[in-house]
Amino acid sequence: MKLSTKTKVIEQGEMTLAERMYLPAIVGGMATTLKHFFSKPVTIRYPEQTRYLGPIYRGQHILKRDEQGAERCTACGLCAVACPAEAISMVAEERKKGEENLYREEKYAKVYEVNMLRCIFCGLCEEACPKEAIFLRHDTMVPVFNSRDEVIYGKDKLVEKMDQRYLRDGWK
Amino acid sequence: MELLNDVFTAKAIFVGIVFAITLGIAAYSTYFERKIAAFMQDRIGPDRAGPFGILQPLADAVKMFMKEDFIPANSNKWLFIAGPCLSMLTALMTSAVVPFGDTVTVAGVTFDLQGIDVNIGILWVFGIVSLGVYGILIGGWASNNKYSLLGAIRAASQNISYELAMGMSIIAILMLTGSLSTKTIVETQQAGHWNILQQPLGFLIFLICSFAECNRTPFDLPECETELIGGYHTEYSSMKLGFYLFAEYINMFISGAVMATLFFGGYDYPGYAFVAGQFGTTVAAFVGMGALIGKALLFVFVFMWVRWTLPRFRYDQLMGLGWTGLIPLAMFNVVVTGFGILIGQPILAGIAGVVILIAGLFLNDAIFRKKKLA
Amino acid sequence: MDISYIWYFLSGLTLLSALMVVLAKNPIHSVLYLVFTFFCISGHYVLLNAQFLMAVNIIVYAGAIMVLFLFVIMMLDLRKNKPDSKSPLTKLAGVIVSGVLLVIFIAAFHKNNMPSPTAEAVGFSSQTGMVENLGKILYSEYLLPFELVSILFFVAMVGAVLLGKREAGERNF
Repeated sequence: MKLSTKTKVIEQGEMTLAERMYLPAIVGGMATTLKHFFSKPVTIRYPEQTRYLGPIYRGQHILKRDEQGAERCTACGLCAVACPAEAISMVAEERKKGEENLYREEKYAKVYEVNMLRCIFCGLCEEACPKEAIFLRHDTMVPVFNSRDEVIYGKDKLVEKMDQRYLRDGWK
Repeated sequence: MELLNDVFTAKAIFVGIVFAITLGIAAYSTYFERKIAAFMQDRIGPDRAGPFGILQPLADAVKMFMKEDFIPANSNKWLFIAGPCLSMLTALMTSAVVPFGDTVTVAGVTFDLQGIDVNIGILWVFGIVSLGVYGILIGGWASNNKYSLLGAIRAASQNISYELAMGMSIIAILMLTGSLSTKTIVETQQAGHWNILQQPLGFLIFLICSFAECNRTPFDLPECETELIGGYHTEYSSMKLGFYLFAEYINMFISGAVMATLFFGGYDYPGYAFVAGQFGTTVAAFVGMGALIGKALLFVFVFMWVRWTLPRFRYDQLMGLGWTGLIPLAMFNVVVTGFGILIGQPILAGIAGVVILIAGLFLNDAIFRKKKLA
Repeated sequence: MDISYIWYFLSGLTLLSALMVVLAKNPIHSVLYLVFTFFCISGHYVLLNAQFLMAVNIIVYAGAIMVLFLFVIMMLDLRKNKPDSKSPLTKLAGVIVSGVLLVIFIAAFHKNNMPSPTAEAVGFSSQTGMVENLGKILYSEYLLPFELVSILFFVAMVGAVLLGKREAGERNF
């Protein structure tokens, strides 16, 4: 039975003398390895050196602030609904008088937690967010952890620091 | 008597230095093997222990010593221990007759840079190499494991087969030199008259055989992982395994030194007369020792280079190459060398031998091989 | 230190290891003791200033033949060859043969009454065992025996090749 029209029968005749002596082939092979010996390595010393992984790499989560430094999240819960791994949980709270510079909307997330053991870094929370509040950073990965207590990231770890703002390529 | 003691002390110190150099080079061979493998595969290789990973052998040694030293319950305990010891012993004994340098005078004592200058030097190397297989054979049998035994049996038959071709390639050298002493063999090659010019074929045979004798790829069937798990050292762990691996690297270095001695002028190097004239013969001899070690290291590099290029032979291919390829070739080489000595043109005969061989093979091919069916 | 002490030590070691070859229960141990015996004999060659013989003894006997012995014994099933499995008749035959051999040896030494060679003996040369002298003697005085031995080996080799050759129509696997 013919599975494909592109099959090609290759006639392999007896080996010629040079092929039977192997030595020319061995010399050829050794020339190839020597060429690679002097060529630049393709690997890097990873933890010290890192590669640029692209502008849309999905790393650690971040809760963005706006230009005035107010948190953008309004605790609508769409991210938690979108999350296929059910990694996100939050507690909403109403904004008090005098907190306008802290929270942009009238409702904000008092507690916002991402369980990094559950998270599969699919980025659906990012897509679901109507306020452009949650992003998966392209430049930072979730670090290695040693105990389960370190796994649940609260607002202290997630909210963007004003002195080191997160900017993605293509943003102004 | 005083003089004898001085020479004895000097020799003892020299032998100690040779041991230290051999062991140090063997230790660092493990590091360079991994580095060279990495470079040939476009990687970086070990670089965590110290700058560029140069402390890696130390880390490996610590690991080897710290691991559990396991002796299987049904093994033959004493022979199990004796195996790696014998391997190491025979590997270290070979360097006794390699002439590392010319005569030197240090602190008023004149002595040769050579362990012992016996008039059977090359036979000593040969004898010890042939004993090297006992370590593997005993270790493999004492493990009481079928894979170990198969590896050991492979090692034994492989070593015996390739020793024949190796011995015959040396015979051509002995015909040219007229002596079994390694010192004399080197002395006849001084000032650039290296044996490789007269013995290109002999060198090729010797090189291939030393690959087989050291159990290096492409002849590493005794420790072939895909078929035999670990071969003869399947059951070994800790420093006993370390001894087996270490012995392999020592063997590599020593066979490089022997090849340099037999074919590449030993401690001879271009500009020997200039150095001797400028700084005296002692300095020149020590530079010569460096030259010999450099040549040996070059061969170690070739060993590694080949390992990361070629795949392993199948067992019948290995035996076929040894018995039907190399032994007739070595005999042909002996005949050609004899002819060269007869007409007084050994270099011409050496080159002519290679040419005749290739021409003969082509002719044989053209006449006797069946034409490919159209 | 007198060199004769080395000789006594070496001879004692040789006899001991040779005895162990016979007395060892395990055939593998026997072979290893035999290898050690060959080493001791090589040591004797060194004492006689016959370095070439020493090297050749190690290469050929210890390095090649004994490896093959070991090889074959490892392939055998050792459990089938326990000493108890031999019949009394075999044991009796062994005792008779070895006893007769011992008597022959003792008689031969007794009859000949060999004088022990000394360094001052007439015609003694310390260089006899050197490679050059050995080669010259082998190729002049003992040329005929030497060539006959090589023909013998050649015949043996041809025989081995003939036995190993595959006959037409024969299948090995």
